[in-house]
Amino acid sequence: MDSSFLIEKGVIILVVFSITMLIALYSTFAERVLAGYFQDRLGPNRAGPGGFLQPLADGVKMFTKEDFIPDTPNKWLFIIGPGLAMTTALMTSAVIPWGRQLTIGGYTATLQAADINIAMLYVFGVISIGVYGIMIGGWASNNKFSLLGAVRASSQMISYEVAMGLSIIAILMVSGSLSIHTIAEKQHGFIDWDWKGHFVWPSWYVFKQPLAFLIFLICAFAETNRTPFDLPECESELVGGYHTEYSSMKLGFFLFAEYVNMFISSAIISIVFFGGYNYPGMDWVTQHVGPNVATILGTVVLFAKVFFFIFFYMWVRWTVPRFRYDQLMNLGWKILMPLAILNIVITGIVLILTGP
Amino acid sequence: MDINSIIFWSLSTIAFICAIYTVIAKNPIFSAISLLVCFACIAGHYLLLNAQFLFIVHIIVYAGAIMVLFLTTLMLMNLNEESEKNKPAIAQIAALVVAVGLGLVLTLMVRKANLIVTLGPIPAGVGSIESLGKVLLDEYFYPFEFISVLLLSAMVGVVLLIKKDKPAELK
Repeated sequence: MDSSFLIEKGVIILVVFSITMLIALYSTFAERVLAGYFQDRLGPNRAGPGGFLQPLADGVKMFTKEDFIPDTPNKWLFIIGPGLAMTTALMTSAVIPWGRQLTIGGYTATLQAADINIAMLYVFGVISIGVYGIMIGGWASNNKFSLLGAVRASSQMISYEVAMGLSIIAILMVSGSLSIHTIAEKQHGFIDWDWKGHFVWPSWYVFKQPLAFLIFLICAFAETNRTPFDLPECESELVGGYHTEYSSMKLGFFLFAEYVNMFISSAIISIVFFGGYNYPGMDWVTQHVGPNVATILGTVVLFAKVFFFIFFYMWVRWTVPRFRYDQLMNLGWKILMPLAILNIVITGIVLILTGP
Repeated sequence: MDINSIIFWSLSTIAFICAIYTVIAKNPIFSAISLLVCFACIAGHYLLLNAQFLFIVHIIVYAGAIMVLFLTTLMLMNLNEESEKNKPAIAQIAALVVAVGLGLVLTLMVRKANLIVTLGPIPAGVGSIESLGKVLLDEYFYPFEFISVLLLSAMVGVVLLIKKDKPAELK
């Protein structure tokens, strides 16, 4: 393990961390502007030109508010809760490939913090422990509404993890790898050509596995606790849900973790189903302009896809009303899970029929 | 001491302390959380042994699914130190007998086992998902399938147990 490797990975981790924070910060602003647009009102427009400094004002407000801790026997757990939520939200970005190789002065750097061969499972592992922040925080609040929110969060996340994992299995069958980097590389360009140069099928997995994409998308909404599945913080029933008792930056961490989760899950959807850093004509750019330009363009394309999905999250939030709890459970266990299993069976049959 | 032994000993110490605290904690929630930390340390041991797949499956299954269910149940029952009453004497004696018996069996097993094993350099690919899949589906195909049938039958049994009470309730 030489020092250049450590420096490369350190720089990538730092850059990814700052970009994640920046995007999460401005997602809160984008959400409020879009909410204003969807509800035919102005939205935040006072702080700075066009309200552009609003997130900073929010941050200052969060930091300077009174940090209230309720009368609870578990003060430590109450403090650990938001920290755990934030940590698990940030951990997933370690295995996400943000681009291909970049060559600077003879040194080749891969735009990915860690390319491990169980990356997809790692993502699921982190998602599955992500619920502890909400659960522990909600329980330690010593409040009935918080407890209900925490219990809802845990049962909802466990239920939707099942369908999510099953929908990903179909992708793993097609790609033959658990590494997200390999999954992205398998969707090279935009169209698969056979050896004669005939059109076969678009190479992005959304065209090969549309059903898996739909199931994964719905489950991603449930896992990030976004509307229409925001029952853990359902304000019309539970005051504020699991973060009712939180204030100041602890509340900020919970809210911020949701936006970080949204960014990361958008990145995973873009990479696994929409080709990630692949775009039509990337071979042409590599040949005629240069591999570095192609890589940077690929990263820009990836972020464009990610921004689209973040917009999609907000679009759905202001369009679809919240589910009832029994509807949520029915959708997860009785509709999505059988559909995912059906998709695995169909994928298996098609792979056997068309395989070598 | 190289970095591997430092990680090994710190993980073992944390796992040991958390395992003890799981048993002696009065509050069941603390008990569950320290068990969770113990699981995380054992997962770290798997990673030290180059068993990446086992590591992540351990995290997903034990930390991500089973302990979440445990915690949800504990929170719903609202158990706390006040509701933790002293168990009847017979239960205490039974627990002592079982614990001592299990400890005896484990001690005998450990004494018989060849403890000091010098491992050579781990060949690349051991513990990776490819080699594990090949071993499971080539060498141990029948045990693997039998275990899955066993799990399936247990699942069907649970569903049946839940369904049994429904008609009586509706009447």
